[in-house]
Amino acid sequence: MQWEVVIGLEVHVQLTTKSKIFSGASTAFGAAPNSQACAVDLALPGTLPVLNEQAVNDAILFGLAIDADICRDSVFERKNYFYPDLPKGYQTSQMDKPIVGHGVVEIRLEDGSTRNIRVHHAHLEEDAGKSLHEDFHGMSGIDLNRAGTPLIEIVSEPDLRSAEEAVAYLRKIHSIVTYLGISDGDMSQGSMRCDANVSVRLKGEEEYGTRAEIKNINSFRFVERAIKVEAQRQIDLIEDGGKVVQETRLYDSDKNETRSMRSKEEANDYRYFPCPDLLPVHIEQSLIDSLQKQMPELPDAKRQRFETEYGLSTYDASLLTAERSTADFFETCCKIAGDAKLAANWVNGELSAALNREGKALKDSPLSAEQLGGLIVRIRDNSISGKIAKQVFEALWNGEGQSADEVIEAKGLKQVSDTGAIEAMVDEVIAANPAQVEQYRAADDGKRKKLIGFFVGQIMKASKGQANPGMVNQLLNKKLSD
Amino acid sequence: MPSHTVADLLRGLAAGDFSSEEITQQYLDAIADRDGQINSFITVTREHALEQARAADNARQRGNAGALCGLPIAHKDIFCTEGVRTSCASKMLDNFIAPYSATVVNNMASAGAVMLGKTNLDEFAMGSSNETSYYGTVRNPWNTDRVPGGSSGGSAAAIAAGLAPAATGTDTGGSIRQPAALCGLTGLKPTYGRVSRYGMIAFASSLDQAGPMARSAEDCALLLQSMAGFDERDSTSMDVRVDDYAGALDQDLRGLKIGLPKEYFSAGLDPAIGDAVHAALEEYRKMGAETVEISLPHTELAVPCYYVIAPAEASTNLSRFDGVRYGYRCENPADLDDLYTRSREEGFGEEVKRRILVGTYALSAGFYDAYYRKAQQVRRLIKQDFTDAFKQVDIIAGPTTPNPAFGIGEKVSDPVTMYLEDIYTIAVNLAGLPALSMPVGFAGELPAGMQLIGRDFDEGRLLAAAHQYQQRSDWHLRTAPECA
Repeated sequence: MQWEVVIGLEVHVQLTTKSKIFSGASTAFGAAPNSQACAVDLALPGTLPVLNEQAVNDAILFGLAIDADICRDSVFERKNYFYPDLPKGYQTSQMDKPIVGHGVVEIRLEDGSTRNIRVHHAHLEEDAGKSLHEDFHGMSGIDLNRAGTPLIEIVSEPDLRSAEEAVAYLRKIHSIVTYLGISDGDMSQGSMRCDANVSVRLKGEEEYGTRAEIKNINSFRFVERAIKVEAQRQIDLIEDGGKVVQETRLYDSDKNETRSMRSKEEANDYRYFPCPDLLPVHIEQSLIDSLQKQMPELPDAKRQRFETEYGLSTYDASLLTAERSTADFFETCCKIAGDAKLAANWVNGELSAALNREGKALKDSPLSAEQLGGLIVRIRDNSISGKIAKQVFEALWNGEGQSADEVIEAKGLKQVSDTGAIEAMVDEVIAANPAQVEQYRAADDGKRKKLIGFFVGQIMKASKGQANPGMVNQLLNKKLSD
Repeated sequence: MPSHTVADLLRGLAAGDFSSEEITQQYLDAIADRDGQINSFITVTREHALEQARAADNARQRGNAGALCGLPIAHKDIFCTEGVRTSCASKMLDNFIAPYSATVVNNMASAGAVMLGKTNLDEFAMGSSNETSYYGTVRNPWNTDRVPGGSSGGSAAAIAAGLAPAATGTDTGGSIRQPAALCGLTGLKPTYGRVSRYGMIAFASSLDQAGPMARSAEDCALLLQSMAGFDERDSTSMDVRVDDYAGALDQDLRGLKIGLPKEYFSAGLDPAIGDAVHAALEEYRKMGAETVEISLPHTELAVPCYYVIAPAEASTNLSRFDGVRYGYRCENPADLDDLYTRSREEGFGEEVKRRILVGTYALSAGFYDAYYRKAQQVRRLIKQDFTDAFKQVDIIAGPTTPNPAFGIGEKVSDPVTMYLEDIYTIAVNLAGLPALSMPVGFAGELPAGMQLIGRDFDEGRLLAAAHQYQQRSDWHLRTAPECA
């Protein structure tokens, strides 16, 4: 039987406002437990929320970026449930009138094809605190620093058809929010979290299958694995004659399995109703217009520009524009380097590999865009070969110099382009290897091309790689043919 | 001293007839002597009050006297007061020392007011008789077998008993006006948004409003001046200019159009209260005002509408009292559910639990449309009734309550009858309008109150209208027998 997986994602994105959505407390990550929870965050009696305008602006920006309607009078509602890390006993969220209406996110798949994924809505809400279950000897610790951190929850339609598509969608959301500068998108710090609604149906079926919601998945990799393992669980269940039940499940990354958390029957009745402490958020067209003007170039537009302006392939341009920081790095580097293709190759190649190797994000790269640009300049003017360039790159990466020029100078890596010096080396190698010279001279053109590599290698070795390879080839050809 | 008005005291303080420390001491002594019988205070902040009084006297000597400099007042124990227990008359908050002060408390302290203590109320302001307090029933100084009204019954009884010249109250469905009426005082519920709710423990957020309680309209004007104003910490407070209430009291009432809703003078109104109100209206006509009968056709829906909306909001406002961070926590909870269940079961009183249950029900899936949404629609109709009425008249007048103070224990077992005591006051909260109650006579030995309702932010006109009446009457200066 041919199964089709149907996925909808709910993505929670923490906004990078300085203060919380309804209080003046700081949102900075990593402070001592409960040091960033003020009277409002602690839900002391008598305290009241005041909406952070920046969070509203951020949500509008996101809405504009996905071409969504902005609700001109959106309403905050209370979502009621008891939990120790939820101090008020309700989460202030949005339900009936979310700030961002229907929108569209275009995703690009491995094979280069694109699909439009519909966003049902996106709403503003406050984050809860954190419950810490370790280190408290059978008790739980509560840290309310995160309580009240602004979130937008982006709810997709069930338009995704594979774990890969889900990841592509999530990456695109990540790309959009980081481009907009409204979130740092750091999944490891929980700045972006995701719930996946997964169901399966036979291909060609119109009706959706019963869905399970997998809660709180916190990495791209886990999203992919969780969806795959959950879809397979449902397929196996149905094929064995069972039925999928609507429930909330938890993904255990250690065991790579999902486990039931609670069934639909046990689900909370959240008793949503408009929060009487907050007035409806009235948004003027003038605010939308001014935010539209502030809108930075978004990933799709940037990719197209990189293709046309720099003549890059769609593949290279996609890689470079997936993150705004990479695109900015590339453009800075390219401006100095003066060669877009070389710059793209170095950013997508050597730099990306080095970052991956050390598990570093681009912002933590020891090598700056200016430094890489300077390095490429020296490749272009033949000061160094591509091979030496990799040495210079390593040196700069390891902090052994402020610029490519400094490293080249200090290590004496400058390419030898002096005809006399290269000629001397060529003569020396020819004289030292008479047998190979004989062999070469006896060979036909086809074999000569292979044999000449031996001489080039010897000379590069003698010059520690610094001899200009073009000149070496040219002189070798001439001298061996004499 | 007992019958001194705020205006008298401020004049005396300004003239140097007495110091703040002297009168503060006298009120503290009176509380110590006589509050055992009335039970109007939950907490008396004796040392704090004397300290504030001395500071006020010093400020006055330095020529630095604020508008209420040295005036002793009491705060309803629903306002957070830094460093002082703020109980909301609940076992739940019996151990809660507020780490900050409400905006109202700060505003009045900045004006120089001296806090005598925190007054009793119905638990979480839920009640019309002050019988639901964890700290015991408050007694009406006019007859100690009677209730003082509620929920601001402690504030009302304290003033009526001469234990404080003025107090703050809060009014969600009549909680300032009804006890003012039952204790022979003047009390004003301002327009929703006129006074900050920050630091005032929420009962029903869309209805709650703080206001002054005192003997006279002039006193209320003086107090409101300092209480009112926009507060950026309360999103529902309004950035509307605060009028000079005391300065505008001397208004000629000729031509004032007073609307009399026929629904407020129907069966169920105690005849003696009806007579007192009619007599007061006759005085208004003598002053040149005109009275016209009007209709507020949705009046009878106000009580049911209120008893959906207020409990719905309350049910979630009170979720924060969960035994986790502050307040009452049960002994040895077995697990989280047990912690929640027993802390709330043991920490809340019956009426509070009743309203949480009603509100939870009204918001539940499957019932929301029939109750909460429907109530909101009715609320708009009620507001519209007033909007239409105010096209014809300047203010609306009627009795504040259908009956004078009832006996302690008389209605406590019948919540619906108790809820109907607020029949004339509740619609005003649903509409967000300002209204005051003032004494206009007696039903037997018990005070009768008349309510004046105004347009949004028309507190000035209400206070002036009441003040003009009080220039020609002395009901507001009568003292209760327990005030000897």
